[in-house]
Amino acid sequence: MLEVRNIQTYYGNIQALKNVSLTINEGEIVTLIGANGAGKSTTLMSICGVTPPRHGEILFRGQPIHHLGAEKIVSLGICQVPEGRHIFPQMSVIENLEMGAYLRQDKAGIKQDIEYVFGRFPILEKRRNQAGGTLSGGEQQMLAISRALLARPSLLLLDEPSLGLAPLIIKHIFEIIKKINSESNTTVFLVEQNANQALKIAHRGYVMENGAITLEDRAENLLSNEDVKRAYLGM
Amino acid sequence: MDFQYLFELLCGGVVKGSIYALIALGYTMVYGIIQLINFAHGEIYMIGAFVAFIVAGVLTLTGYSGLGILPLAALIAVIYAAAYGYTLEKIAYRPLRNAPRLSPLISAIGASIFLMNYVQLVQTPDFLPFPELVPDFEFLGDLTQFMSSVDVVILAVTTVTMIALTVLIKYTRIGKAMRATQQDMVMARLVGVNVDRVISATFIIGSVLAAIGGVLIASRTGQINSAIGFMAGIKAFTAAVLGGIGNIPGAVLGGLVLGVAETFGAGYISSAYEDVFAFGLLVLILILRPAGLLGKAVKQKV
Ligand SMILES: Nc1ncnc2c1ncn2[C@@H]1O[C@H](COP(=O)(O)OP(=O)(O)OP(=O)(O)O)[C@@H](O)[C@H]1O
Ligand SMILES: [Mg+2]
Repeated sequence: MLEVRNIQTYYGNIQALKNVSLTINEGEIVTLIGANGAGKSTTLMSICGVTPPRHGEILFRGQPIHHLGAEKIVSLGICQVPEGRHIFPQMSVIENLEMGAYLRQDKAGIKQDIEYVFGRFPILEKRRNQAGGTLSGGEQQMLAISRALLARPSLLLLDEPSLGLAPLIIKHIFEIIKKINSESNTTVFLVEQNANQALKIAHRGYVMENGAITLEDRAENLLSNEDVKRAYLGM
Repeated sequence: MDFQYLFELLCGGVVKGSIYALIALGYTMVYGIIQLINFAHGEIYMIGAFVAFIVAGVLTLTGYSGLGILPLAALIAVIYAAAYGYTLEKIAYRPLRNAPRLSPLISAIGASIFLMNYVQLVQTPDFLPFPELVPDFEFLGDLTQFMSSVDVVILAVTTVTMIALTVLIKYTRIGKAMRATQQDMVMARLVGVNVDRVISATFIIGSVLAAIGGVLIASRTGQINSAIGFMAGIKAFTAAVLGGIGNIPGAVLGGLVLGVAETFGAGYISSAYEDVFAFGLLVLILILRPAGLLGKAVKQKV
């Protein structure tokens, strides 16, 4: 479904991605783990066209997308929940959700999808008219995921959705991610520091170090890989 | 205390302030989205007044009467100003989008000087008499001791314009895209907002408001020249900072406060120091409330 081929991304003259290649198949949950500063967020931003790669190519359903603008890439069905949630602070919960559906025209469908995410996260319905910036961290994360779902993505990119959340909420978020994948057949690309949890719900995983992919395997193999255990699972 | 005089000053201040507010909105909206002080905004206002002047002149020759001319002249002024604002952004600011922050600022000052001199060259540096387009309204009666017919038109037009702007920003698709871009540009792109288009729209809207302001002020003062954009621009910028730059209700409040302060200062102390009151007020606010009246101290939740 998504194929990233030898991309190199720069911030000014600083090279953040040296040579990244990865493949995501339809229906999968694929996780990307790595230390701070490895280039995980940059990989997602490169896919989304916010920091386009200087070299290499990205194919989505066989078509090159690395030269497209960010808004064009969203319209193809690739949506990201960025690191730090990026809730529109002065917009209400409802308005934030509606922004997620910015490119959609079907009012009835949007309404239905809002009801759906309210069913998933009842707390959001209670806070529907509250400004996004005043929500708690966990609520903001739920809102950020819900907002991405409002675009009806076929490929959902999640950047550290568990960051800074209480263990119980983390569990809930991972369950939801799994459900999103299995029930609505959404392909998920999950960046996580919480490697243990991520590998438990993922089918496959990539390990990234210093702007390059160093390891790729089935999730259960990575979970039992000695190097991965030592470096990312704290065992 | 002379209440009649006080009320007279208050009315004058509100009328003046509402036009400052109209122009200040352009500064604040652009700043809110791309953090740029568009110094050429005052020149857009001046161009609006000039286009209205020319159109009114032509229409007068063809035998139209005053109140019929005003909307038509204003409409064409608005279209011209919108085109100038749009082009200005494309040529002077867009190529510098990723440059250090000082570069677009310098470009803005350059654009301002260019436009001022351009109008001076193709028109004239002299003051031109702006035609009286608003007839005396009979129905005003005793109200005329406080407000002229022009003032009434100004208040009506600014009120309607601001309500329209509020509706646009709150409810329309482009308005929502503007708010999203202003609050978080990266996220706006990630939900599919075409940020370039939003920035263009912001310049167009700001220019439309400035042109309306230009036509209204010209009708009130009765004369224009190529340099009027400078002072009006600085005053409106002051109003925007006063209210909290980037904050839309702040620009309106800042404009009104500035207009009233100026008029009171001029009316009770000395009209020679009108501008001193305006800028003195600015300095005072910047010392006491650096973020402006409605501006919030920068804080972010991560
Ligand atoms: N806007 C930027 N300007 C300059 N350098 C940047 C920028 N954003 C990221 N970098 C650099 O690029 C590299 C990769 O950063 P990135 O955010 O992709 O890492 P990450 O794997 O997501 O880390 P984390 O786990 O801490 O989120 C880092 O060295 C970082 O300093
Ligand atoms: Mg990151």
